[in-house]
Amino acid sequence: MPEAYIYDYIRTPRGKGKANGALHEVTPVQLATQTLQAIKNRTPQAAESIEDVILGCVVPVGEQGGNIARIAALNADYPQTVPGIQLNRYCGSGLEAINFAAAKVISGMVDMAIGGGVESMSRIPMGSDGGAWAIDPLIAFKTGFVPQGISADLLATKYGFTRSQCDEYAAESHRRANNAWREGYFSNSVVAVNDSLGIPLLSKDETIRPETSAETLRQLSPSFAKMGEKAGFDRIALQKYPELEKLNHVHHAGNSSGIVDGAAAVLLGNRELGAQLGLKPRARIVSTATIGSEPTIMLDGPADSARRALKKAGMTASDIGLWELNEAFSSVVLAFMEELAISHDSINVNGGAIAMGHPLGATGAMILGTLIDEMERRDITHGLVSLCEAAGMATSTIIERI
Amino acid sequence: MIDYFHYAVDNDGICTLTIDQPDSSVNVMDQNFIDSFKVNLERAFADSAVKGIILTSAKTSFVAGADLKSMEERLNKPQDPKELFDKCWGFSSLLRKMETSGKPMVAALNGPALGGGFEISLACHHRIAINSPQVLVGLPEVGVGLLPGAGGTQRMMRLIGVANALPLLLQGRQLRAEKAFEKGLIHELCNADELITRSKAWLNGTPDTEQPWDRKGFRIPGGNSLMQPEIAQLFMGTAANLQSTTFYNMPAPAAITSCLYEGIQLPIDKALQVECKYFVQLNIDPVSSNMVRTAFINKSKADNLIHRPKGIEKKLHKKIGVLGAGLMGAGIAFSAAKAGIDVILIDHDQEAADKGKEYSANRLQKDIDRGRSTPEKKEQLLSRIHSTTDYQLLGETSLVVEAVFEDRDVKAEVFAKAEAAMPEDAVLATNTSALPITGLAETTSNPGNMVGLHFFSPVERMPLVEVIKGQQTSDQTLAHALDFVAQLRKTPILVNDSRGFFTTRFIGAFINEGVAMVAEGINPALIENAARHLGYPVGPLSISDEVGLDLAYKAAVQSQADLGDDYKEGASLPVITRLVTEHQRYGRKNGKGFYAYNADGSKALWSDLAEIWPRLSDDQQPSEAEVQSRMLFSQLADAARCIADNVLTSPVDGDIGGCFGVGFPFYLGGPFSAIDTKGIAQVVTECDRLASTYDAERFAIPQLLRDMAANGQTFYGRNPVTLG
Repeated sequence: MPEAYIYDYIRTPRGKGKANGALHEVTPVQLATQTLQAIKNRTPQAAESIEDVILGCVVPVGEQGGNIARIAALNADYPQTVPGIQLNRYCGSGLEAINFAAAKVISGMVDMAIGGGVESMSRIPMGSDGGAWAIDPLIAFKTGFVPQGISADLLATKYGFTRSQCDEYAAESHRRANNAWREGYFSNSVVAVNDSLGIPLLSKDETIRPETSAETLRQLSPSFAKMGEKAGFDRIALQKYPELEKLNHVHHAGNSSGIVDGAAAVLLGNRELGAQLGLKPRARIVSTATIGSEPTIMLDGPADSARRALKKAGMTASDIGLWELNEAFSSVVLAFMEELAISHDSINVNGGAIAMGHPLGATGAMILGTLIDEMERRDITHGLVSLCEAAGMATSTIIERI
Repeated sequence: MIDYFHYAVDNDGICTLTIDQPDSSVNVMDQNFIDSFKVNLERAFADSAVKGIILTSAKTSFVAGADLKSMEERLNKPQDPKELFDKCWGFSSLLRKMETSGKPMVAALNGPALGGGFEISLACHHRIAINSPQVLVGLPEVGVGLLPGAGGTQRMMRLIGVANALPLLLQGRQLRAEKAFEKGLIHELCNADELITRSKAWLNGTPDTEQPWDRKGFRIPGGNSLMQPEIAQLFMGTAANLQSTTFYNMPAPAAITSCLYEGIQLPIDKALQVECKYFVQLNIDPVSSNMVRTAFINKSKADNLIHRPKGIEKKLHKKIGVLGAGLMGAGIAFSAAKAGIDVILIDHDQEAADKGKEYSANRLQKDIDRGRSTPEKKEQLLSRIHSTTDYQLLGETSLVVEAVFEDRDVKAEVFAKAEAAMPEDAVLATNTSALPITGLAETTSNPGNMVGLHFFSPVERMPLVEVIKGQQTSDQTLAHALDFVAQLRKTPILVNDSRGFFTTRFIGAFINEGVAMVAEGINPALIENAARHLGYPVGPLSISDEVGLDLAYKAAVQSQADLGDDYKEGASLPVITRLVTEHQRYGRKNGKGFYAYNADGSKALWSDLAEIWPRLSDDQQPSEAEVQSRMLFSQLADAARCIADNVLTSPVDGDIGGCFGVGFPFYLGGPFSAIDTKGIAQVVTECDRLASTYDAERFAIPQLLRDMAANGQTFYGRNPVTLG
């Protein structure tokens, strides 16, 4: 069977996901378009050979609706022969898009494809797509629906993580992201987003606050305490976890992932076609795993998905030199580190979504790219990237540097 | 078929259909009602002389609701979903025909129209009601685990919108005509003598022959798309609230919400079918059967004094005495005065007696502050309570309730003083919650006059009175005591004398099991959550703290002294004893019990519990289901023993007592309904398992239950066990 190789990776900088964010004036189709164009600019010889563009997008309604992948590919002046498809694996969509592209390559269905994602959270707010999970009484009852912030606090309570542990983790994310930008670790992969005049709007992630410390974060009020108590979500959580007396609400805007706009794209293909086109492979997809887990705590799936990916690869956690786990909330990463005995020194070494933001559909592709860049810089062979996902899922991918 | 309707057509072609159930003071919705309603409607639809129809009632109420007798029969029959759907849909589609026949219909509401009666009204094109506080409308079905299955959820939502309809349906609220008019559920209010003329006037004008939802372009007020954020939020909030308060134990509120969630997206005809299917689901669910049986059938039996000895003339109590003006005595005095009875409220000094009366004054003032009473009513009620130290004032009383300390000597002393002044045939009742009546009666000169009347706190709010018959209690005493309970508009259960009667030992079994688990190293949070999730209002450790650990300890010491060699120590006692004697933890009263109570009103389980009773490791902790099984089945086994030992003479008393007195989960219908629902054989098997795993006595099952299992008998239903 063919192997899936990663040839290139591009992302936008992430703009604050609010009306005053730098990318708010840019449509999501334009965000996706500019990353696809950047790939095409760097590897123009590949465009004709691309047999699918798979983009994650978590709120595919309004201008993100329909099939944004095909529309962006057309808008990016890809040949009309290049089809597109949008998928939704909640927060893991961007990585799942790559895994699906890899699966197509490995199966021989295609020789070359793009996986990636896009989300303009400032223009299409989270939740705009509705869905049965939270509001259909039968479904909410069946699944024990709680909002994700409650799940994050539940996770922290279950593992006994304190507010200050979560705050310290968050402050470190900002410190590392700031350091990575200062040292230029992202410069090969981040392409500025231009406005309609071609003038750069944003060239660097907008939400990093180098001055952030555990002390400054201590001032913030918990975001989910009131909702948990007043709306009854805490009591719903305790029905699944009756061993807990009450929830410890530790998360707030400062130790949760940021709401941002952004897009990313990764070029994958088999070895033969890459060689024909004169492309240099950067990494190989070793294994992937998406798992389901208990939907109320929702966010503790990454450890199991990582274990499954390791098992499929015949590897153990100690074989992995570098880890990326989406910083959805501090407790998600702290729990993952505890479960797999990972040192903080080898995970999210250039910061993550707490500092730079989490453009839902794109993040998976972004942190896969971050992992490749850093594996190259540190000369590390194996890396694992993982994301927790809504409704109790998680996706992991193991890559090997070539 | 018996025809419940009068059919009359006037010269203007207006047909008046008057509901008038023969030989009955009210109209109830039984099969005759439905069948004759259909026949009369079809006649009016077919009658070319009829151009409009008025539906009204000859009784003081419009329709009183479902018929208890046919409901009880239905409970005892297994239901086939398809058959039941066809039957229910028959009625729902009849109402749909009413609103689509092309002839305008007016509901002329001269009295309460609740449940099915209001559903019929909602299917009329126009609703006129007499503006009187007696005219109540609403859909209270949720209270017995059902939903309005003949269009009630759909028409209410389409009339007033999701946001307004949801709370009315989920709380089963009954609205006065005026309030219903404000909300848009009634079109016109009128005086009593104008009801028919106003109805005719509407029909003689230019009446609608179409419901709003049958008009083109109809939109539900407040929005009808789930993509509207406020509608989505409403459903999310409601689903969350229901999950967090009903713990998945109550299917009706969820089904009602689903009817709205699904119905909002459907045309009325499909929506009615969806609603009808949810209605059938709820009917088949044992929860509704248990709630209907306990809330309606058994409660009405108890309220009608099924245990009252025959042949004794009804006693109307005009003046009673209350001995002891503490919390219970004051509450009893207040409740009696509220029922129009004069009360002699006695305590050992005037100040204490006055303080007891003050309780009523404070309660009434609160009612005035909330606009529920007036200063005149307050004065009138207070004038009925005479606080004193003088036992001689008991001379004209027909009943005296003792509510002093749980101390035999103190009780004996006040009994003697009271008896000296009371008329010879007056009832002497004791409000003891645990001391056997027979023993107390022996200290009196006329033991036949003594009966137990166990009230619950707060007396004015708790609907139950446990009536305890001592060995020597006379039939007349019992009858007069039951008459008193009925006068207070409370619900009595009858219990034969034994330690802890029924309710005290029954709740005790639950608390004992919960507390015993602490000593075994089971996570206290798990114990408390397991109880709440099963549907108990509070966990066993919280109740213990509320009651007072010191009181529980003293009661155990007392019964040990009373019983001597017969005393059996409860499994919880070592835990309580250690907390009280070694750690001075008395419960909420001193801010220290199983919980630590903070100044801000919050509480948290006391962290040192694990120091005293080392916690089992996480993988040794039992499942929540196992913890629940222990608490529930310790109660079920105890209730079964009560009935086998003749402490209870009927499952009705146990079910009413458990649910209305001591917080047994209402959705289970009480211990005997729960045993029936779970299956006698299954209960025997589970109790035997628990007995062999934990404790042979607490889970001991009487032979009666094994025999019932062998004979295929149940407490209720088609093959009921014969007791006594």
